[in-house]
Amino acid sequence: MPAPIRLRELIRTIRTARTQAEEREMIQKECAAIRSSFREEDNTYRCRNVAKLLYMHMLGYPAHFGQLECLKLIASQKFTDKRIGYLGAMLLLDERQDVHLLMTNCIKNDLNHSTQYVQGLALCTLGCMGSSEMCRDLAGEVEKLLKTSNSYLRKKAALCAVHVIRKVPELMEMFLPATKNLLSEKNHGVLHTSVVLLTEMCERSPDMLLHFRKLVPQLVRILKNLIMSGYSPEHDVSGISDPFLQVRILRLLRILGRSDDDSSEAMNDILAQVATNTETSKNVGNAILYETVLTIMDIKSESGLRVLAINILGRFLLNNDKNIRYVALTSLLKTVQTDHNAVQRHRSTIVDCLKDLDVSIKRRAMELSFALVNGNNIRGMMKELLYFLDSCDPEFKADCASGVFLAAEKYAPSKRWHIDTIMRVLTTAGSYVRDDSVPNLIQLITNSVEMHAYTVQRLYKALLDDISQQPLVQVSSWCIGEYGDLLVSGQCEEEEPIQVTEDEVLDVLEGLLVSNLSTPVTRGYSLTAIMKLSTRFSSVVSIYGSSIDVELQQRAVEYNALFKKYDHMRPALLERMPIMEKTASNGPTEIVQTNGETEPSVPDTKHPPLVTQPANQVTARSHDISVFTIDGSFFVTDDVLLNQWFNI
Amino acid sequence: MMHFLLLFSRQGKLRLQKWFTPVPEREKKKIVRDMTTMVLGRKPRSCNFLHWKDLKIVYKKYASLYFCCGLDAEENELLALEVLHRYVELLDKYFGNVCELDIIFNFEKAYFILDEFLLGGEVQETSKQVLSRSIEASDMLQETMEEYMSKPAF
Repeated sequence: MPAPIRLRELIRTIRTARTQAEEREMIQKECAAIRSSFREEDNTYRCRNVAKLLYMHMLGYPAHFGQLECLKLIASQKFTDKRIGYLGAMLLLDERQDVHLLMTNCIKNDLNHSTQYVQGLALCTLGCMGSSEMCRDLAGEVEKLLKTSNSYLRKKAALCAVHVIRKVPELMEMFLPATKNLLSEKNHGVLHTSVVLLTEMCERSPDMLLHFRKLVPQLVRILKNLIMSGYSPEHDVSGISDPFLQVRILRLLRILGRSDDDSSEAMNDILAQVATNTETSKNVGNAILYETVLTIMDIKSESGLRVLAINILGRFLLNNDKNIRYVALTSLLKTVQTDHNAVQRHRSTIVDCLKDLDVSIKRRAMELSFALVNGNNIRGMMKELLYFLDSCDPEFKADCASGVFLAAEKYAPSKRWHIDTIMRVLTTAGSYVRDDSVPNLIQLITNSVEMHAYTVQRLYKALLDDISQQPLVQVSSWCIGEYGDLLVSGQCEEEEPIQVTEDEVLDVLEGLLVSNLSTPVTRGYSLTAIMKLSTRFSSVVSIYGSSIDVELQQRAVEYNALFKKYDHMRPALLERMPIMEKTASNGPTEIVQTNGETEPSVPDTKHPPLVTQPANQVTARSHDISVFTIDGSFFVTDDVLLNQWFNI
Repeated sequence: MMHFLLLFSRQGKLRLQKWFTPVPEREKKKIVRDMTTMVLGRKPRSCNFLHWKDLKIVYKKYASLYFCCGLDAEENELLALEVLHRYVELLDKYFGNVCELDIIFNFEKAYFILDEFLLGGEVQETSKQVLSRSIEASDMLQETMEEYMSKPAF
């Protein structure tokens, strides 16, 4: 049996494959060879075969038949075998696999091995993917290694302990004694991992947090040494000494200082020092500043320090580096509730970020801008936000439109301004407005009684320009249906009333019915609007119409019936809608779309006064949307007709 | 903590995958697909941070390789960039002017170096020199060392 091909030979070969099929063929051939080699229990080449298997696994091919082989490699005496075996275990043997637990004994032995690099392999594997059972079995070994004086092992044991605590939180207590003098270490690796361990313990247990609060002075001292010490070649990154350790200490200080005045007081000076002395020309310095700002904002810091922190964020916003601008916006979003006034001072810079080229930054800037809108700045902010709505990518338009509606509702300085803003959104981002906005807007419009004429006029004019944006068309149709009489009588006070006749209005509505651009929902709105106008205009007499859409067909048929058989009920049924109250749960949506099953606050029209009117014989209007009719008989009953009426 | 670290090429070919939480195989494949699609789809001068589910995604392009990691929401993104950069520096020191081919042909060594740098999703050593010395010493322990230096061990 020839020796199995070397790993790098295999890699070279596979890379020459020109198609996926060719690659698959090569892989299958090699897998077959590896499988027979495994069956022969070949110790010499097991390592090589598993390494090849891991390569093929990375390409996406199944490798589960190598799991047991990894276990055999781990159990081997050779370091090369163990190295590949543990790598294979980490890639193929996570806790979901049945044979995962078989590793436990090997790991236990290796944790006590005479060679520290073997112990290191075991700690690494346990700390990356040990299951809860495995952690329970081996926690004692980890705890022992946490107390060793060997810094190589101590740092790994600390992170291994972190993993054990994450998997089995009840075991946290047993690591407490070993943490006693962790921070007195000079070795940065051990210091760093110790701080991570302490952080994990404090985050999980309020008792631990109380216990470790006394470490604050020591942490402050370590941090101070890092900042003040001169150049240290071993830990230097662009002139900063061990930024990884600095950031972790800042994070631990944050947790310890939160909701504790004394601790916050004790770290005040060092935070101010880091905030003012850290070099900001490179990313690494800004990473430390960022963490410092987060800490200042979270602990009970004095107001001067908080202002310093927000100002740092303000400076970040002006940085050329996109990442820093992004991080600043995210942090400001977190603090805008608690430090609203301080963040407001940076409003203009934030609004400028709406024009940034980066999508993530634009989104954050938009969210933050909405958070900053208040009664004082609403006009200015809305101008910027509407401009943003005009020019932004489609993915933002829905959220932006919703945000504008919300802000306008809360802070509108006048009803006219409110209506104008709504109009602007509907005309510029009309197709992206959420479906539930339509009923909300209708409710708003009914509430602004004095603006009805102005509103319907503006909406009518918008319809003349563009009938493609469905929400706009729907709201317009509804308004024309309700207030069409105000439109033709030219009652608008806010602006120059337009001259429009009943026929022109009906033509527009009919245009919507036949247009390919209108969705069935929109057609429903138009049809109902025409129907309502039958009582407000004098020229609508009856509605013909059949449509392939069942909803429209039913409406048309029922409206027709209303004209023919129930004409005396028509005026009462089509009276002007009363002002809609928002219901407790869903807002106006509930009332507007009820089927008559709930009790809307409308006058009792179940028994309308009998008004006899001679049917006018003026021209009936015809529509070209016929496809087929049901055999001519009407399926409607009085009840259905009346119920239908509360449907818009 | 870091949840995963992925290295992939411009064509989306995976060169290294390190998972720090237990994830089913099918889920891993999906995550890799999602990451490569999202990252490769970014415009050239975008910022290096993304949001995906409840994780922060930090990525950086070095020559033809994308380094992409998924972090908990409370992690410091700017520092994560430094972590990625440190890993690249370690690879560079080990291989001498590292390029994608080095990582393709010596993926197991890339993993060994990573396992000396990160453990359980956290940084375990902050000194480049200490780390390099550990790797060298481990390499020395490999049997068939002579074979290892001139020809690979396997």
